[in-house]
Amino acid sequence: MRRALHPTVWAFLAWLLLLGVNLAFTPGFFSIEVRDGRFYGSLIDVLNHSSPVLLAALGMTLVIATKGVDLSVGSVVAISGAVAALMVTKGQAPLPTILAVSVGVGLALGLWNGLLVSVFGIQPMVATLVLMVSGRGIAQLLTDGQIITFQDPGLASVAGGSLLGLPNPVVVAACGLGVVAALARWTAFGTMVESVGDNERAAHLAGVPTRWVKLGAYAVCGVGSAIAGLIVCSYTKAADANNAGLYLELDAILAVVAGGTAMTGGRFTLVGTVVGALILQTLTTTILTKGVPVQWTLVVKAVAVLVVCLLQSDPFRRTVLSRRSAA
Amino acid sequence: MKAFRRSNLPVWATLVVFVLAVTAASLRYEHFFSFDVFLNLLRDNAFLGLAAIGVTFVILSGGIDLSVGAMIGFVGVFCATLMNAGVPGSAAILLALAVGTLVGLGMGSLVAFYDLPPFLVTLAGMFLLRGMALVISMEALRIDDPLFQALGHSKWVAPGLLIAVLLLGVYLANFRPFGRAVYAVGGNEQSALLMGLPVRRTKVLVYGLSGFCSSLGGVVFAFYTLSGNANSGMTLELDAIAAAVIGGTLLTGGVGHLFGTLLGVLILGTIQTVISFEGTLSSWWTRIAVGLLLLAFIGLQKLFQAGRSETP
Repeated sequence: MRRALHPTVWAFLAWLLLLGVNLAFTPGFFSIEVRDGRFYGSLIDVLNHSSPVLLAALGMTLVIATKGVDLSVGSVVAISGAVAALMVTKGQAPLPTILAVSVGVGLALGLWNGLLVSVFGIQPMVATLVLMVSGRGIAQLLTDGQIITFQDPGLASVAGGSLLGLPNPVVVAACGLGVVAALARWTAFGTMVESVGDNERAAHLAGVPTRWVKLGAYAVCGVGSAIAGLIVCSYTKAADANNAGLYLELDAILAVVAGGTAMTGGRFTLVGTVVGALILQTLTTTILTKGVPVQWTLVVKAVAVLVVCLLQSDPFRRTVLSRRSAA
Repeated sequence: MKAFRRSNLPVWATLVVFVLAVTAASLRYEHFFSFDVFLNLLRDNAFLGLAAIGVTFVILSGGIDLSVGAMIGFVGVFCATLMNAGVPGSAAILLALAVGTLVGLGMGSLVAFYDLPPFLVTLAGMFLLRGMALVISMEALRIDDPLFQALGHSKWVAPGLLIAVLLLGVYLANFRPFGRAVYAVGGNEQSALLMGLPVRRTKVLVYGLSGFCSSLGGVVFAFYTLSGNANSGMTLELDAIAAAVIGGTLLTGGVGHLFGTLLGVLILGTIQTVISFEGTLSSWWTRIAVGLLLLAFIGLQKLFQAGRSETP
């Protein structure tokens, strides 16, 4: 009997394959140059542009590990961006206050989702559907249906600035990864999340505070989405309630699942999620730099999703493997 | 009385809410309560209703279909391009329905035979359909075909199709072995398998049915707008799921009724009509109202569930 490879290994191989294709066919993909004390290059672009998805996907990993799902990520992105843009255009609040309020709103929205799921016992997909549907309405209510643009250098530097030569979003995403990883692996929280996703009743009987664990997972996801929202809004120097973070929840879920965390809950891997987010962005960047017409992006993405899903599917691997051994 | 069974209570609750909403609107606006407004309600929401009927079947079987919004965009562009190339309208419609059904069957096969999560498979389907629509044409295409023009200007065609498909769906879901298998698979797949029901075949067919319904929705949308646009039907999959949930269908599968979904669609449409009648209310109140309504119905369902678990 052959031991099945961990799904994350498949994901990592897929990413290496993608990089290999670029190494062979995209000249300059791996070149990194330093200009004005900052790194520039396709790889840095990949890291930079994958950070919003990654920030949302970190919390999503925890949520999915509890056997849940959070569909409201895109709406939280729109709301947090709207809040930040409004505060910067309408008031005199200092930047740290603005950032704190936006993230606080994300935390509150995450707790709202968590409350519906854990205390009221509503199915995660339905519970977060409420905020997904109404969230964009709330964001439009805040911005009065307008796209709010701003010139404030402080808020613009959230995505435009750099630290130690790396773009700020990359640094923020790395910090986010560090915090969530510490929370998940240095405290009992990660184990509790896995136990809740594996068998909630058994976890409850074993004394795991299942409600608090779920509440925590959705709160982390809300905070991550809000930070992603700040980055998205800062990139474009505008808050677009209709389109900011549209379908970002789907990309985040995709990153989590492509990385090897199963939608059925239980074991999760944060490293896998990072690889998943990098696969998605490398794919997009590759398509753009190869000069493939942009309308093919979604088609390529669809094929990539199917390939990753099939590689991780036991029945599929069994049929492929048995055919190979018969041959 | 069979119609008043406990499991049908949410549908009755939805009916009550719909009647209340229409009554309140009729009292407030003089011309609201008329056959024309009702017919327009059906006509304006026929494409959503058709897609929601298919989605309800998928949800009843314990799955989910995220591809229906993208299907509407794809079918419009597909039909418009075919007709611009000289294909007659009727052939374009049949081809679109065939492609839609095949895509659905394909997604169903992946779910049924390789045990892939429906959420991801239909997500891939959504990307594929939206992507193919963009590949065919990035710009909106006009439809000049006389058949489409005639059907599009008729005020009976879209509502008629919606009602016909609904009745056919109810017949399939509630009076045929296929429907019983759908409910059984959604209720408990393991039990359905042990009872010897064709679980895999049911799953494949359910997604095929949803593909057919949403492509028909796309055709009706093309009648309605007389154009094909790759970006139409954006986030429609959400409205379809919301309509099913408001209509009393549980996303865990096995519980729900197609009439509830129609009522859910009509309630969504009524909210939109009221907000346009009001004039001063901005469109985003629609989304907030739908969210609140969802919340209310989830609370209601929770109450029913709590009541049920106390009396096993």
